Amino acid sequence: MGLMDKHAIIEKNATLLLVGSLLVVTVGGIVEIAPLFYLDNTIEKVEGMRPYSPLELAGRNIYVREGCYLCHSQMIRPFRDEVERYGHYSLAAESMYDHPFQWGSKRTGPDLARVGNRYSNEWHVQHLMDPRSVVPESIMPRYAFLKDAPIEVKDFSTHLVANARVGVPYSDDMIAHANADLMAQADPNADVSGVEKRYPKAKVGDLDGNPQQVTEMDALVAYLQMLGTLVDFKTYDDAAGYR
Amino acid sequence: MKFGTEIVVLSLFAFAALVAAGFGVEGPFRQHMGVLFFAVAGFTAILLRNTDFKPAAPIDTSAYMDGPIRYGAIATVFWGVVGMLVGVIIALQLAYPHLNIQPWFNFGRLRPLHTSGVVFAFGGNALLCTSLYVVQRTCRARLFGGKLAWFVFWGYQLFIVMAATGYLLGITEAREYAEPEWYVDLWLTIVWVAYLILFLGTILKRKEPHIYVANWFYLSFIVTIAMLHVVNNLSMPASFLGSKSYSAFSGVQDALTQWWYGHNAVGFFLTAGFLGMMYYFVPKQANRPVYSYRLSIVHFWAIIFLYIWAGPHHLHYTALPDWAQTLGMAFSIMLWMPSWGGMINGLMTLSGAWDKLRTDPIIRMMVMAVAFYGMSTFEGPIMSIKTVNSLSHYTDWTIGHVHSGALGWVGMISFGAIYYMVPKLWNRERLYSLRLVTWHFWLATLGIVVYAAVMWVSGIMQGLMWREYDEQGFLVYSFAETVAAMHPFYVMRAIGGAMYLTGALLMAWNVTMTIRGYQRKEQPLPGSEPALRPAE
Repeated sequence: MGLMDKHAIIEKNATLLLVGSLLVVTVGGIVEIAPLFYLDNTIEKVEGMRPYSPLELAGRNIYVREGCYLCHSQMIRPFRDEVERYGHYSLAAESMYDHPFQWGSKRTGPDLARVGNRYSNEWHVQHLMDPRSVVPESIMPRYAFLKDAPIEVKDFSTHLVANARVGVPYSDDMIAHANADLMAQADPNADVSGVEKRYPKAKVGDLDGNPQQVTEMDALVAYLQMLGTLVDFKTYDDAAGYR
Repeated sequence: MKFGTEIVVLSLFAFAALVAAGFGVEGPFRQHMGVLFFAVAGFTAILLRNTDFKPAAPIDTSAYMDGPIRYGAIATVFWGVVGMLVGVIIALQLAYPHLNIQPWFNFGRLRPLHTSGVVFAFGGNALLCTSLYVVQRTCRARLFGGKLAWFVFWGYQLFIVMAATGYLLGITEAREYAEPEWYVDLWLTIVWVAYLILFLGTILKRKEPHIYVANWFYLSFIVTIAMLHVVNNLSMPASFLGSKSYSAFSGVQDALTQWWYGHNAVGFFLTAGFLGMMYYFVPKQANRPVYSYRLSIVHFWAIIFLYIWAGPHHLHYTALPDWAQTLGMAFSIMLWMPSWGGMINGLMTLSGAWDKLRTDPIIRMMVMAVAFYGMSTFEGPIMSIKTVNSLSHYTDWTIGHVHSGALGWVGMISFGAIYYMVPKLWNRERLYSLRLVTWHFWLATLGIVVYAAVMWVSGIMQGLMWREYDEQGFLVYSFAETVAAMHPFYVMRAIGGAMYLTGALLMAWNVTMTIRGYQRKEQPLPGSEPALRPAE
C-alpha cells in the first residue's frame, strides 16, 4: 500500500483531516515564536528604559487611534543611510513595554523611532495642525482637532493596571498617582517633581501652547518628544547586544 | 411563531448595547455601542415586520440550502465595490492630501477600512458563500445545523459593520488586518466557531464517501484562521465598558505574533481559501477534471505546513533576532514550490479546453487569476530574501506586490466564481451579458498592470533615493524630497485602481440584472458559436 493510497484514509475522515491540518499549521509558530519568550538574548540589556508616563501613554493611544503606524515606522534598521538619517538602529529593548508594538511596515512618512527632542514642541504642534505649513512636500493629513479635544478620562489608572497585568512594571505608586500625573505633566502651574521622579526624561510643561487645559495635542506631543530618548547609548555595548 | 426566538434574543442584545452606550467610560465606545444598538434594533424591526403566528411551513430538507449563499453573493459584490471605492479614495488622498477630512476620514482611519473591507468583507463573504456552495455540492448534503448558516452570514455582516464603524471612530488595536478591538474580536470568534461547526458538520453528514480537495483547503483555512485570530488578538481591556485594550505581548514578541498572523491572513485567508475556490470553479467552468490528484495532495500539505513559518520576512533587519529572520526567509523561499504546485494544477486543468479562453470570458478571468497567483507567489519569495528586502521594505513595492496578489488572484478568482454561481443560484439560463464580463476582464487586468508597474517603479525609486550618497559621502535626498518625487506615481496608481473599481461596478450591474431576470440582447462573442457553412 503506497503513501498515496494511505492518504485516502484522510480523505474519507473529516476529523483526521481537521486534526492533521491543525497539527501541521501549529509547528511553525511554536518553533519561531515560543523561544522569543524564554531566550535571554532576545532583548538586549540596556540602561534607562521605563514605562510610559500616563500622559505619554495617552498620547501613544492617540498615535494608535489615528493610525500613525500605517505611514510611520518606529524601527531603524542597521544600515548606514538609516543610522545617519534617523540615529542609532532600534533595539528590541526599546519596545519592551510597547503593548502593542508600533514598528510599522511602511514609510510613507519618515521613521519616528528617535523623533524625540529633534524638534521643538511648537514645531510639533504647528506640524500636526497643518503639516504643509512647515514641510511643503508633506502629504500628511491635518490633526488640528487634537488641540480642541480635552483629554477625556474617567479613571486613567485602569490603563496602567491593564498594562501592569500584561507585564509592564508599573508600581503601585505610579498607579495611585496616574490621574494626577496625567494632568500635572502638561500643566505649567503644577508641581511636576512626582512626574519627573517616577518618569525620568518626561517632557513636562505646557506642550501645546494652550496652558488652560490638557488636550490630546499635549498628550501626543509628550509621546513624540520622548520617542527614542530613553536608552543611554553611552553605556550600551553594540557587540554584546548582537544576536 | 416565525422568528420568535430570534426576536427575543436580538431584543435583549439590542438592550445590552443600549446599556453599554449609556454607561461606556469613553466617547468613542459609547458611539460604537450606539451603532451596535441601531444595527441590532433595526434588524429586529425587520424580523418583527416579517413574523406571523401561523405554524411555519415545513422546509424541504432534501434540497441544498442556498438562501444564505444568495445573500452571500450579493454581499460579496456589495462589499467589493465599497472596499475598492475606499481604496481609490485613500490612493487619491496620498496624491492630494487635502482630500483628508479630519478626524473621521483621515488616511490613518480609512486605510484599515480599505484593507478590512476588501480582505474580510469582500474576500470573507466570497469565501463564506463559495465554501457553503461547494461543500453542499461536493458532499451531496444539505448544510448542517438548520438556521446556523443564517447566523453565520448575519453574524459576519455584523462583525464587518462593527469593525468598519470602529475604524472611523478611531477604535483600533493597531495590528494590521486585525485592527478590531477586543469585543468585536470576541464576536468574530463566536461567529467563526459557528462557521467551523457548519462546515465540518456538513462534511460529516456527506453522502459522498470522499472529501473533495476543495474542501480540504476550505477546512484548513477555517481552522487556521481560528487559531491565528485567537492568539494574535489576546489582549487586556482597560475597562469592560471601554474600547481600549492592551496587547498581551509586547515589542519583539508582539511583532512576530502579529506578522505570524499577518502573513498567514495572506496564506490562509487569501490563499488556502481561494485555492479551495479554484479547485471547484475552474474544473466546473472548464468542464475538465483537476489536472493532478497527486499534486493536489503534495501541495496541500506542503503549503499549509510552510506558510506558517514565513511571518518573520515582514521583520527583516528589525530588532527581531537574526535566527528568526533567517528561518522566516528560508521557509518563504521554499514556499515558492507548493505555491506553484497550486498554480500548475489550476492552469493544467485547462488541458484540452484551452480553446475556451477565446470564447469564454469567465474562464479567461479564472486563468488570469491563477496566472497572477503564480506571479505574486514568485515575487513574494524574491522579496523575502534579506538583501532584496533591505530595498523593498517600507516602500510601495510591498504595496504593489500585495495588490498583484489581491487584485489579480483573490479578486479575479472571486469574480469568476460569482459569474459562475449567480445564474445557477437564481435559476437563470445565463448571465445578463457576457460582453460586460469581457469589459470587466480587460478593465481589471489593465488596472492591475498599471497599479503593479507604477508601484514597482515608485517603490524601487524611493528605496534607492533613501540610500543614495554623493561622492563626498552625504545623503543626497531629504525625506521630504523623496515624498515629493512620489506624486506622479500616486496619481497613476489611483487611475489603475479606478479602472479596477470600474470593472467591479460593471460586475455589480451585470449581477443585478441577472438576478432580476434580464438577458441583454447582444452579439455572441466571436467564435462562441459555430459559423454557418453552406452544405456541400
